[in-house]
Formats: sequence, C-alpha cells, structure tokens
Amino acid sequence: MSRIVVGPFNRVEGDLEVSLELEGGRIQAAHVNSPLFRGFEQILVGRAPLDALAIVPRICGICSVAQSAAAATALADAMGVTPTPNGLLARHLIQATENMADHLTHFYLFFMPDFARPDYVDRSWHAATAERFTAIKGSAAAEVLPARASFLRLMGFLAGRWPHTLAIQPGGSTRAITAGERIRLLALLREFRSFLERRLFGDALERIGQLASKAELLAWADGRAGDFPAFLKIAGDLGLERIGRADDRFLSHGAYGLFPAGTWQQGKTVAFAPALITEDTERAWLLADQPRHPAAGETIVAADKADAYTWCKAPRYAGRAHEVGALARQVVAGNPLLLDLVQRDGGSVMARVVARLQELARLIPAMEGWVQALQPGDSFCAQGVLPDEGSGVGLVEAARGSLGHWLTIRRGRIERYQIIAPTTWNFSPRDASNQEGPLEKALLGLAAGEGAPPTIQHVVRSFDPCMVCTVH
Amino acid sequence: MKVLWLQSGGCGGCTQSLLCSEPRSLFDELRDAGIEFVWHPALSEASGGEALAVLEACTSGELAFDVLCVEGAMLRGPNGSGRFHLMAGNGRPLTEWVTRLAGHAKWVFAIGSCTAYGGFSANTPGNPLEACGLQYDEQTPGGLLGADFRSAGGLPVVNIAGCPTHPGWIVESLQKLALEGMADTDLDELGRPLFYAGELVHHGCPRNEYYEFKASAEKQSDLGCLMENLGCKGTQAHADCNLRAWNGSGSCLRGGFACIACTEPGFESPGHAFQETPKVAGIPIGLPSDMPKAWFVALAALSKSATPKRVRDNAVVDHLVLRPAIKKKGGGK
Ligand code: SF4
Ligand code: SF4
Repeated sequence: MSRIVVGPFNRVEGDLEVSLELEGGRIQAAHVNSPLFRGFEQILVGRAPLDALAIVPRICGICSVAQSAAAATALADAMGVTPTPNGLLARHLIQATENMADHLTHFYLFFMPDFARPDYVDRSWHAATAERFTAIKGSAAAEVLPARASFLRLMGFLAGRWPHTLAIQPGGSTRAITAGERIRLLALLREFRSFLERRLFGDALERIGQLASKAELLAWADGRAGDFPAFLKIAGDLGLERIGRADDRFLSHGAYGLFPAGTWQQGKTVAFAPALITEDTERAWLLADQPRHPAAGETIVAADKADAYTWCKAPRYAGRAHEVGALARQVVAGNPLLLDLVQRDGGSVMARVVARLQELARLIPAMEGWVQALQPGDSFCAQGVLPDEGSGVGLVEAARGSLGHWLTIRRGRIERYQIIAPTTWNFSPRDASNQEGPLEKALLGLAAGEGAPPTIQHVVRSFDPCMVCTVH
Repeated sequence: MKVLWLQSGGCGGCTQSLLCSEPRSLFDELRDAGIEFVWHPALSEASGGEALAVLEACTSGELAFDVLCVEGAMLRGPNGSGRFHLMAGNGRPLTEWVTRLAGHAKWVFAIGSCTAYGGFSANTPGNPLEACGLQYDEQTPGGLLGADFRSAGGLPVVNIAGCPTHPGWIVESLQKLALEGMADTDLDELGRPLFYAGELVHHGCPRNEYYEFKASAEKQSDLGCLMENLGCKGTQAHADCNLRAWNGSGSCLRGGFACIACTEPGFESPGHAFQETPKVAGIPIGLPSDMPKAWFVALAALSKSATPKRVRDNAVVDHLVLRPAIKKKGGGK
C-alpha cells in the first residue's frame, strides 16, 4: 500500500487536494481535503438581515447569483413576502444566465482541456482535440470567451453586473426591464443560441432537448460536427460512461418550476424533506459535535483536531451521502436520457457532462419564454417588512447542485446563518460512521500514480467542484 | 511579459470577472499585447505535481516572471501559522508562497479588494482568520508584505481594488505595464491605478438628474437617486463604474441598487446596513467627496424646491410614468 497526495487541482474553482491510498496502482481509499477556510457564516452573525444580500454573493465568484438567490429566498421566507410575477421571471433569468454560463465555462475551459494532454497522444481524436481544447491556446477558447461575455450582457441589463449583484431582493429584482430592453434580451439569447447550435451541438437546441436514451444520443452524435459530439466520441473511446460512479443517490432542491425537488435512489424518486438534512463535523477541523440540522448548525474552528483532514463538513440526507448537480437535478426530474444513462451504468463522468449540456439546450429556450412573459410596466419588486424575530430557509439550485441557506433573526439581527453548498455535498469527507463522500467513493478502483492516465482529473472535474463555496 | 497568478482567501470572482473582458477574447487580447500566463489556477493545463514544479521554479528564481497577481485575502491564522490556507499537494501556507514569490516578481498586483485590503475575510468580528491584504490591513499600510515593500520594479503593490474588480481594470493595468511600465504617479494614495480610481462612481450615473433635484428613491427598484435613502456611496467611491460599462451596458446603479463602494478599504463593514443611508437630523452622514456640508444642505434644499414634477414622480416608481415634455413648434409665440 502506498500513499500519494494529489494537488493543486486547477481548473476547479478554489483549492483542492486529494490523498490516495494505492494498491497495485489502483485507488483503495481516497480522502478529499478542502485546504482553505473562509468563515462566512461567522461574518454574517450580528449583521442586519438584509446585509446578507451584499455579503453572501462574495462567498463564490462563480455562483454568486445562486448565493444571492438562496439568501433572498430565506429572507423572503422570514418576511412572508412573495416576489411579483415579473420579479420571479427576472430572478429565473438572472439565475439561469449564471447557471448556463457556468455550464459553458466548465465544459470548455475546465473539463475538456484534460483530453488535450500529451497522455492521449496515441488516440485517434487527440490531434483535433489538442487543436480545439488546449488550455488557453485552443481554438475553442478564442470563440467561447466572446460568446460567454456576450451572453453575460444579459446580466448588464438584468442585474447591473456579474459577479456580485444586489439586484436580487426578497420581493423580486431592483431592475425593471423596459420594452426596448426586452427586445435586447431576446436578441442576446438568440446570439447565444446561434453559437451553441453552430459550435457546441451542431444541431437545433430543441433536438438535443428531445434526445431520450443513450442509443438515441449516440446515433445522433455519430459523424456529427460539433464539440458535444466530439466529447461523446472521446467518452466512448475512454469508457467514461463506466468511470466515476459514486453511490447513485441523488438529491435536488428543484429549479425554475421546471425541475422538481426530490431525491432518487435505486430507480425510485422520493419526495424531498428538508428536515432530514444534517451536517456532521467528525472529520473536519471543526468542533466535534453530534450531527445537526443546519437550522441549529454551528461552525466552530478546531484547527488541531486529530483525525480531521478537511475544512468541509459532511452533509447527509436521511443519514446518507448524496450526489448533487445537473445529473442529480435531471434524474430527480425524471429526464429520460439521464435516467437511461444512470440505470445502465450508474452516475458517471459521461452522464454528468451530458446532463450539463442537455440542460444548456433546454434552458435557453425556456429563458426565451421567460423574457417574452415579462410585462414591462408591471412591478418587478414586492415590498415587505422584516420581522425582529424569525427564521427562514432558502433552497435553490446552483449550476453545480443544491444550495441551502438557513437563517435565524433575533432582535433585528442575524443570530445564526448556516450554508450548505453543492460541493459540500459532493466533496464531503467521511462522517462519524465512516461513510465516504461522493467523490471519495467515485475515485475507488481507478488507476493513479506514476504513469497512470489523467482519469482522476476527469472524475474530479466531472463534478464541476467549487471549493470556495464548500468552505464558505 | 510573464504573469503568475495565485488565489487564496477570496471567491474567485475577480477571475470570473476577468473572463468577461470584451470585446475581444481575453486570451487573444493578452497574447497580442505580449502577455502570457506562466500559470493560472483556473485556466492553465498544468495540475498537481506539474503545477507545483512551475511554482517551485518561480520561487527559486530558475523561471523568470514579471508580474505576480494574487487574488484573495492573505490568511495568516490560526496563531500566525497560515494553516487556514495551505497550498494543496504541498502543505505550505499560501502566505509563505506569496512572500517568497513577491521577492522574485518585478511587479506585484493585488487583484480585488480582498487582496488589496483584507476583504470580508478580515471583517469577521475579531478577525479570527488573521486576514489582511498584501500591503494593507484595511486602511492601514502593513499587511503581509509590509508598508515598505517595493517589488523589483520599484513599485509598492498595485491595488486593482474592486469586489470584484472590473475586467478592464486588470487588462488595462497589465497592458500599460507591458507597454510603458508604471510609476508611483500612476497610483493613488491607496495604491490603486488612477486611470480608473481617479473618477467617482457618481460620474456618469444615469440617475444624475434625480441627484441634481434630490428626487430620491424610497424603496428597492425605484428609479430615483439612491443616495438619500438606499445607501448609495457613489459620490464617495473611487471608480469609473458609470463611465465604463459592466457586462455590456450595466453598473450597480444601472442595475437599480446602491454602490457599496467596493473599491474602498473597509467597505465590508460600513457601520450601518448596506442598503440604508445613515442620517443625522435627516441629512446623510456620508456627503459627496470635496463638498462642504453647509453648501450641500443649502443646495439640496434649493434643488428640492425646484424639482420638476416629472422627476419627482418618476423617482419613486420602477418605470417612467411622465415623459420629458416636447416643445411645441414655433416657440415663443
Ligand atoms: S444613485 Fe448614487 S451614483 Fe447615482 S446619482 Fe445618486 S448618488 Fe450618484
Ligand atoms: S458601483 Fe460601487 S459597488 Fe458597484 S462596482 Fe463600482 S465601486 Fe463597486
């Protein structure tokens, strides 16, 4: 048995280290370490409740809007206010813009460059992949960055700027869209659609959204030009549909009124009960404690704790580790393509990537619909009053999975604020019963160490981790 | 010009913002200006051992580089150990890496307000993270590298402050350096490049007509000026946010919410709720830079009494209810 430590993992958001125990070049055990601590839950304590809207986006530069939306939802819950119809549409649009930009950035800038590595120089697809996806220098980056920046112009209209907007409020949005701007929003969406259809998919978005099984997907991709078909070819050659399986227990808070909340395991979708969430600090450098529901959670540093190996807590649902993300969201929502992939081979590197890209194809048309539904002239923001004492919960979906905020207000100030981020779920450490987190499970049995292909890089990045959120 | 980039106690938002650089692809624009990344944690191919080898070579002086860009606060805790952020795969504190690399850099850039001044990490009550900026503890010179630090190029740390920083502020700072270098006279008293920190957010704000007449927004989403009630610090914040657009056509004010002065040290703890304006006897405490209080009060009273109905009515709704009047032809008759 030998032990190696792998890190830094770049092209993930934030800092990540994985230590691996190897036997005959295969991973027998993995420990995932988030080596940075940020302490946002303490920053929030004692502040005016609405200050959360200015503070929480700064937890994460890549999903700052998801953080804002979770805080606004928790505050709205505490205030008993409901966003106006325009406000809700604007919030959907702002959140979807960030989520879709994240999916795009992840695929082109973070995930695909690993296939351009010299490790794969003997594969038939390598030369074309290196030309297109080499980090920074590839032809794809030169096209994707302007397409992404142009798409994010939606934020200039809807949210003032990105990242870190204060536009999202409990009652909706501070930014009423005018009739003329509604036309600009549609034009920007069409421009982005055109990029996706030409370069990423090589087909109409609606066609991608309809693909309903693995067989249909592969038949559709066969011989087609486009970056997604190119990925599917690589995935087939490297067997990525059989790599990176965790426990196949999925959880989603539900999003946009399109994808319902729920959990899924062994072929069954079960209703989601937020009361069943707990966080365990057994192996984190945090004060040892019994697992707590986040509404009663504590985050107290214990930097010298023996046996701890990360700053990340271990969230559990009904006592079990769960995977979150686009794949979880789609499986829970009963998406036939992703269900088929998971039922055949389990959650995998390939399934996670397919889930993300199919979401892109499905969300852009939905966004076009939301823009058309905006009613310029009607209110974008409902007003409400904060209670002096109260509590609220905000459960949303970031691009990379379920994000929850739990807030208690006392004497007009924030008394407690607890956050569970998507990567806290996916990259959780072991808990008191020694149950591994999803990534720790997904790495088992893979080749690693001297001379091994970069398989673990693919598995780690297939989760689209965000470490800065994890260690909020 | 070679750029080495590190991230520590921040959110990664400045890199995400940088990638929004427009209109050309960031990578093309930098390449054609002769700028390349030696390593960037979010963008480079090299990972794990390969990445550590690059960093080691830069630390030993074997691999020359020009600019060290650091993104995120320096976490010195607990008890000065730096263990709140150890470099993955290596186990040494980031504070140590940054100190050593800064000694080899011709120039050091603090990317974003956390790196410059400490950021939210330094604003936990009691600062248990022992967080600081590269050369400042909030407003006070010092920080990780010390008040006297000068990089090999002869400059203190260049503070590209902002939370996040605007892509243009970074890209133009790098290109200015590549083109003609930088001097102390290019920076303000807080180390920020003057080309953007020499302006106020208030300059070019689309709400200026409401400001002139003190026609103020009363609630979130109103069109009026946000200074009197909703916490706007645009008249005191140094940045060109309303002269240079964010994400195509945006800015905080264009987005309908207050400027919280994210380019200023200590903006994280303003001593009042972010979205409320603290007042004494009905007058906002934070008056515009360079404006004598008596004059402000006198002008405000005068302009309030002269506010056109159009401006007054539009200020407190979220879409225009009164249009500017159209002059009839054959004026004067
Ligand atoms: S909203 Fe702020 S920046 Fe705009 S005019 Fe008023 S004070 Fe100036
Ligand atoms: S307007 Fe103010 S808060 Fe907004 S980016 Fe500019 S300086 Fe920062």
